[in-house]
Amino acid sequence: MSIKALIVDDSSVMRKIVERSLRQAGIDLSDVFQAGNGAEALGVLKDTKVDLILCDINMPVMDGLEFIKQLPGVENAKGVPVVMITTEGSESHVVQALSCGARGYIRKPFTPEQVKEHVVPVLAGKS
Amino acid sequence: MKSVSELLATEGGHQSWIPLLDTAAREVFELMLGCHLTASTGTEETKLDVTAMVGLAGQLCGVLSVRCNEKAAALMTSKMLGVTLDKVGPEIADALGEISNMVAGNFKNKIAGLAEGCMLSPPTVITGSDYNLHSMADSPAVEIRMLFEGMPIVISLEIHT
Repeated sequence: MSIKALIVDDSSVMRKIVERSLRQAGIDLSDVFQAGNGAEALGVLKDTKVDLILCDINMPVMDGLEFIKQLPGVENAKGVPVVMITTEGSESHVVQALSCGARGYIRKPFTPEQVKEHVVPVLAGKS
Repeated sequence: MKSVSELLATEGGHQSWIPLLDTAAREVFELMLGCHLTASTGTEETKLDVTAMVGLAGQLCGVLSVRCNEKAAALMTSKMLGVTLDKVGPEIADALGEISNMVAGNFKNKIAGLAEGCMLSPPTVITGSDYNLHSMADSPAVEIRMLFEGMPIVISLEIHT
């Protein structure tokens, strides 16, 4: 199945790495949308329905946690799984992200295998 | 995993963090760039004209910097992006900033309590070598020197206690 993904990270290099890792993980991407922070990502979601959101935490303007807190009010984000990808490795960040609605949490640095391990079950609705 | 206070109390103070910083850096290069850092002989060329820095604040305050030459920075970028060297453009600063951010994050995640008790700033990247850095650190820097594809890379943690 082909999916549409939204990648949210303030580093354009990291957005490209995440996209490449998704493809290397065998995930068939029909479209990839990118945003540099949470506010930009909300703008993308106004006009676009995606199947998966991958999101950094530390970003300017609107961070990843604030972004996912706002997703329940966004029509195009209803039921869309969010996986956080971040250098923040503390247990409290993980708990906070999951309690805000994230379905997965990947710590940077990561391998394509780790992306697959976290994203595939989420897409299959098993996580 | 030892806590910040336990590590600071050990003989040699911050110098005991060198193996953790070394491991943190090696993991970032292996996982994100697909290459191994090797031991420095200490005799390599020392003109390092790209510096990426990340500030740390909280239980540990200071600056972590990653320094290398322009050729190494371009090669790191090409490996991160999975493109050939001739395709690398203005992303070099972004890539080096991300490397410093991941080394700093990976390092703090290896010390009990620091993952939660220490925040990272957005990275800053300086190009050029004719400058002096005054970080206000009041302890000797924790520094590791390694080789990336035969080119020197210096990672320093300057600490404000």
